[in-house]
Amino acid sequence: MSRSLDSKAYSRACLRILFVLLGIWFFVSFGCGILFREWMDERLPPVGTAPFGFWMAQQGSIICFILILVAYAVLMKRLDAKFGYAEGEEGK
Amino acid sequence: MSQSMLNFVFIGVTFAVYIVIAVRSRAGSTKEYYTAGGGVSSFANGMATAADWMSAATFISMAGAVAMSGYDASRFLMGWTGGFVLLTILMVPFLRKFGKATVPDFIGDRYYSKWARGVAVICAIFICMTYIMGQMRGVGVVFSQLFGIGIPAGVVVGAAIVFFYAGIGGMKGITYTQVAQYCVMAFAYTIPAVFIAIMITNQPVPQLGLIGNYSLNGESVPFFEKLDRINAELGFQEYTTGKLSMVNMFCITAALMCGTAGLPHVIVRFFTVKSVQAVRNSACWTLVFIAVIYLTAPAIGAFARLNLIEELHDTPYVEAPAWLQEFEATGQMAWVDKNGDGKIQYFGPAKSEFGVNTVFLGPQPVYPDYDAPEGQRQGEHGERLLANKADLTNPNELWFGNDIMVMANPSMAGLPMWVVSLLMAGCIAAALSTAAGLLLVLSTSISHDLMKKIVKPELSDREEVNYARGASFVALAVAAYFGINPPSAFIAQTVAFAFGLAASSFFPTLLIGIFSKRMNKLGAISGMLAGMVFTSSYIVYFQFLGGTKEQMLFGISSEGIGFVGMLINFAVAFLVRPFGGEPPKEVQEMVEQIHIPSGAGEASHH
Repeated sequence: MSRSLDSKAYSRACLRILFVLLGIWFFVSFGCGILFREWMDERLPPVGTAPFGFWMAQQGSIICFILILVAYAVLMKRLDAKFGYAEGEEGK
Repeated sequence: MSQSMLNFVFIGVTFAVYIVIAVRSRAGSTKEYYTAGGGVSSFANGMATAADWMSAATFISMAGAVAMSGYDASRFLMGWTGGFVLLTILMVPFLRKFGKATVPDFIGDRYYSKWARGVAVICAIFICMTYIMGQMRGVGVVFSQLFGIGIPAGVVVGAAIVFFYAGIGGMKGITYTQVAQYCVMAFAYTIPAVFIAIMITNQPVPQLGLIGNYSLNGESVPFFEKLDRINAELGFQEYTTGKLSMVNMFCITAALMCGTAGLPHVIVRFFTVKSVQAVRNSACWTLVFIAVIYLTAPAIGAFARLNLIEELHDTPYVEAPAWLQEFEATGQMAWVDKNGDGKIQYFGPAKSEFGVNTVFLGPQPVYPDYDAPEGQRQGEHGERLLANKADLTNPNELWFGNDIMVMANPSMAGLPMWVVSLLMAGCIAAALSTAAGLLLVLSTSISHDLMKKIVKPELSDREEVNYARGASFVALAVAAYFGINPPSAFIAQTVAFAFGLAASSFFPTLLIGIFSKRMNKLGAISGMLAGMVFTSSYIVYFQFLGGTKEQMLFGISSEGIGFVGMLINFAVAFLVRPFGGEPPKEVQEMVEQIHIPSGAGEASHH
């Protein structure tokens, strides 16, 4: 396989990871914390004793952000290794 | 040992540590000066970036903002952390691969134009300048309390310290001092929170206390239910609902997020690590360290609010806790006995027919001169009297600045004196680390992007670093001037400006530059100008020229307009692009290259 074909496939896989993670990012922050907050406060079970939407806005979304970045680092590392771009923390 | 002695010891020890670190890791070359030679581990870089990101304002005022506006303050919590997700996923790995030292460098090269670089430099300077002014003020206030000197002298002392280690140490020195500063900040912020959580909810982890039960005085009710009820009884908005409109909330959060992702002084931090993979790991660590503070802030805010109301509302002044008088003395709290019953009443806007709860007339408390007769300075219950006239249209008698929610926490919770000292040291650490990081970006923008790349291309390495040191001195002098003579309410409003500008100029331009091969300079520059002009004129009109709420576009306040400016930037860029022809071949190749993570090498400034 030629190098340019390889890098195209890599870019596509990259974009897929990017869109999925940004989708989750939008849902946990703007979705849960703002757009559907009232609905979630009323309908969903509380987190501990706090209303669900409110808790997402002040705590849950931030925790999810960390998980998103961890997932990004892990997925991209795996992708780099698959396409032979991996060079570790230290660089080459 | 007295409180002020303890403060000296704590701050003295932390300072000695910072300065030893700065001297030991001072920069030897331009590369080390700008990007620490690209050799900082991702863990250390994450910690340093977190310290850089947490300004004195965040450290002191954010919990206060949460306490005062409850749900509405979520916009800061989500905005300033969610921005890091955008930054990590969309920006820094690609910019790191590109491998230049500054953000205007990327914009200048990607859009093959001095004009684009020039616009970017001006934005970068403006954003950093806005930020650094507030930091200098913060440092000045803390130093003046500490040494008992005036605020101007406090600002000058702070400026001298920042100049010393930013100028000498460069990025390398700053990075390692910031690691130490983060540790001080994190302890200072979380320890009081743990104590107050145990006191109010019987839970040692503040975040668990928040979702647990209120357990003071043998009661056991869900914590937020209790807070909502108290707020409603006193005539405030329910804590968990807030009063901003959904559109406004959405736009402000989005503007803060995109603004964060476009802040040049944060982006530049990730040029200090060795590879693209290290950038991703480093960003993870940064967010973890930031989250330690951001997840604690809502807990501190909510606990402090409840505690404050329980301790003060309907309490006779003579029986009130001692910290009330301490804060009256520093002018951060005030009590005006409107109904003459000797008890403190704290009420919200809903208790008045005009919907306000101002205690006195005028924006700030004003006190009688020290040589005024005793009767004008002290009331019959021993309270400190104001020179302002009382606002008798509503029953609220208690005034306090937002900042006390963090600073008063240890006294409210009855914690030992050393906790207060730790908090002061943490506050100074927050201000100094942010100021130093900003100063470095500012001086780089001037020496590298302006002098070397636009005005005098033949500058040698050595001359460039000298220009950078000179520029940081001038910038600091200007910042110190504004720290001493703040353009009054101007500083708070310019923060909206900084984020709005970053969101409407840098963020979209960088994003298109990274992901669209075919965007040309005409499209990018028109987009950047359109977004910038729209956002700044909207903010200037509503903040300084007296625009009214009814005139606002969809009711979006000036804090959130950066989001609309960003959409305008995108739209204009893509509409204008067809008139500008294809970008040169080597630029297109460069865009393809930055998407391949390997071979990033060291960030250079050539």
